[in-house]
Amino acid sequence: MDISIEHYLTVAAILFTLGVFGIFLNRKNVITILMSVELMLLAVNINLVAFSVNLHDLVGQVFTMFILTVAAAESAIGLAILVVYNRNRGSIAVEDINMMKG
Amino acid sequence: MIVENLVFYSFATVLLLSGVMVISARNPVHSVLFLILSFFLAAGLFVLLGAEFLAMTLIIVYVGAVAVLFLFVVMMLDVSYAELRQGFLRYLPIGALIGIALLAELVMVMGHWATPVARAKPDSPVPVGSLVTNAHAIGHVLYTQYVYLFQAAGVILMIAMVGAIVLTLRGSSHNRRQNIFEQVNRRPEDVLVVRQVKTGEGI
Repeated sequence: MDISIEHYLTVAAILFTLGVFGIFLNRKNVITILMSVELMLLAVNINLVAFSVNLHDLVGQVFTMFILTVAAAESAIGLAILVVYNRNRGSIAVEDINMMKG
Repeated sequence: MIVENLVFYSFATVLLLSGVMVISARNPVHSVLFLILSFFLAAGLFVLLGAEFLAMTLIIVYVGAVAVLFLFVVMMLDVSYAELRQGFLRYLPIGALIGIALLAELVMVMGHWATPVARAKPDSPVPVGSLVTNAHAIGHVLYTQYVYLFQAAGVILMIAMVGAIVLTLRGSSHNRRQNIFEQVNRRPEDVLVVRQVKTGEGI
């Protein structure tokens, strides 16, 4: 059987689901949650590139580059916030993040 | 063709397995290493699709920058990861339920979905012929049609860089800053002592 776009979409769908599942599984660990978000973005990238190749249109690949940019910025800022938070509170557990609660 | 099938299935299988390991590994360092493995395999899938430039960009940006950043933070933070894993199994059923529901939705979308047909005139078509490489073709589109978005991406990266530095830079108690007021008000009589040293003796 030939490899078609559906195969890539299936892989991306399973990878995206794994990312969502990871967020639920590691509800306390912010680092693993950020890694799950990276997995989801990777799945979206696979989707975009598969469609771009299938439709002979380069826009999908250009968009993948922008997603790459945003993902890099997101993880840099997220990890910086994490480092500052750990410095202030000595913990990175999600349920401790309630200082701004009214 | 059989080689392509073999490569795709092995890459996809290992990609999904390493994705499982990312979310279930006991040690966060192992999670990051499996994340790096999954980025490499996704880059392999991109090469298989014919998007070589994005494959290399993925390796450079994700493996070279993002994953190393994750590794750095995981190793730098002094927290007990075993404590954070408590309640891991408590959320397993609800997480699995939501995951299965999402996957079922995606599968149902695929079931009722016809393979899209390429338009006769795409907005930015892939050049025909093997003379133009993938990177060349992307450059032609990126620097003409999408030049403003490209600049905006640069601005986003710069804001992210400035934000990360501003967030993590420590306060003034730890670094030695130049105090110009103190420097200008420094007088010779405060800091200089003139001593008469006798011959043959020290101070």
